[in-house]
Amino acid sequence: MVTLGALKRPTRRKRGIRPTRGYRAFQVVNAIILTGVVVVTLYPFLNIVARSLSDQASIISGEVNLLPKGFNLTSYEHVMSDPMFWRNYRNTVYYTFVATCVALILTTTYAYVLSKKHLKGRTFLVAVAVFTMFFNGGLIPNYVLVTSLGLKNSVWAIALPNAISVFNLLVMKAFFESLPVELEEAGAVDGLSTYGILLRIVLPLSKAIVATMVLFYAVSFWNSWFAAFLYMDKQELFPVTVYLRNLIAGSTGAEFAGAIAETDEAQVGATIKAVTIVLTTLPILTVYPFIQRYFVSGIMLGAVKG
Amino acid sequence: MSTPKILDPPPTTLAEPPPPPPVTRKVRKGRQSWRRAIRRDWQLYSLAILPLLFFVIFRYLPMLGNVIAFRRFRPGGSIFGERWVGLRYVRMFLSDPTFWDVFTNTLILGGLTLLVCFPLPIVLALLLNEVRTRYLKRFVQSVSYLPHFLSIVIIAGMLMQMLSIDGVVNQIVNALGGEPTAFLQKPEWFRTIYVSSEAWQTVGWGTILYLAALTTIDNDLYEAARIDGAGRWRQTWHVTLPGIRPTMMTLLILNIGTFMAVGFEKILLIYNPLTYSTADVISTYVFRVGIVSGNLSYAAAIGLFEALIGLTLVLSANFISRRTVGTSLW
Repeated sequence: MVTLGALKRPTRRKRGIRPTRGYRAFQVVNAIILTGVVVVTLYPFLNIVARSLSDQASIISGEVNLLPKGFNLTSYEHVMSDPMFWRNYRNTVYYTFVATCVALILTTTYAYVLSKKHLKGRTFLVAVAVFTMFFNGGLIPNYVLVTSLGLKNSVWAIALPNAISVFNLLVMKAFFESLPVELEEAGAVDGLSTYGILLRIVLPLSKAIVATMVLFYAVSFWNSWFAAFLYMDKQELFPVTVYLRNLIAGSTGAEFAGAIAETDEAQVGATIKAVTIVLTTLPILTVYPFIQRYFVSGIMLGAVKG
Repeated sequence: MSTPKILDPPPTTLAEPPPPPPVTRKVRKGRQSWRRAIRRDWQLYSLAILPLLFFVIFRYLPMLGNVIAFRRFRPGGSIFGERWVGLRYVRMFLSDPTFWDVFTNTLILGGLTLLVCFPLPIVLALLLNEVRTRYLKRFVQSVSYLPHFLSIVIIAGMLMQMLSIDGVVNQIVNALGGEPTAFLQKPEWFRTIYVSSEAWQTVGWGTILYLAALTTIDNDLYEAARIDGAGRWRQTWHVTLPGIRPTMMTLLILNIGTFMAVGFEKILLIYNPLTYSTADVISTYVFRVGIVSGNLSYAAAIGLFEALIGLTLVLSANFISRRTVGTSLW
């Protein structure tokens, strides 16, 4: 179906010439390749969903491919009845919210300052940020720092060390620079302070970019696991990504063994893991169609400058 | 608003050779204009304080913290260590055979990733560019961006499920009459797994900038090429590719810069002691030596070495690119 769609449309529009036989053949091959890309990308998702809905025996015997075998929802019930799973999910929401707020405030203020071309010392302020893109302290000094600041086991260990992404900063700076200067000058004439101009004139004009930034940061904090893995010692503080990590690494799989007594412990893992993967992927998949284009436009904006 | 601009030019123009007034006067003038700048823009500067604090504490302090590579570090003591030990830790890792193993692994994995994951998005972008059906193009794009939005933990989980004995890959192996293999336990498979999953994750998202660059190519160029008798292939070769060359160079330099930091988090999730011989890279070794075993100074020395190589790579790539094709990051 997809292939036909590519063929039916006349191809002469853009380069204004009737397609040659060779080019038509190319279009067919191209459509096949792109269909292949789509299939390869989606296949793992469909497979994991199928596994999550199958029974243990079918998985172990390697029968589950794209369609579930021995359809049942018991594994979903098991995972969803684990209070720790929900607790860690709540943690993810909380960490994402706090970290995104902090990141947004710091990124917006700094980007606004950097967008002021007349500001003395601006080049230096930009360099302070950009240099960190190419050289950073590395894992060990960061670990030592966060530990000695006493941030372990708190949301700040996740929020503070990653509060400004320089890429996002440059995207926002590029946007602020594109705003018409006259509006801000009018604000200044009307007696607004710099803070007032930022809050009452610039930000209301920048809703699109602020939304993009919220998405950039929220998705990255939602998906992050390493900071929590490094700095959180207690299971009830883990975000759901660390919950999943411990499950696939096998360190918490054991507690499900009692739940399904008749099957052996190694077997329990297979569906439980698939179910947890599906349940952690679901929120992203649900919002994905709506947020995708903001990401693309944000990346473009960054590319102009960055 | 315009008068002060003339009085103190923005820093970019300061670099131009100034007229020859005596040095002392220049210094005094500079100080005066700083005072003026602060009086005029103090509110702007005040907005920069918190972000600057962030950069100083969480970016530049750890850079200085690397001195523990040359000092003895006591847990709970100063983050800058207790006393100088000179190059002891550097000598230690240079004579550590494991270090050279992980160094080689890093170069191989980084090289393979660059070789595969750099050109693939260009190819996909060129193919997408030839699609004339709008909705088909958009559909393929949306699907191929998807892996970019997933947590690396989820990707590792899916990899493990697909590559397990009862997973999809072994089903195919079975159907072709082969022996099922526990792929993630086999060192000889690790590089293939790593690079192909990396391609799966990044190829779609990587097309965005190329697709944007492709739309900026002037249609007249194609017109001219056609009049000169160029077919599709030659149009692609002589018009399209040169048109996206700046984008290619920029991304190549950036890729080379992250060369040494090969997918640390992913490797940490999917490797295991059985595959260390091909999977262990500098960053994972630093993690095990430093965080797991607690040899923080030793690990910091290795980490610093890695970071310095990364910086050197990006600077030299940028230098070569500026000299040869005129593209530079700054």
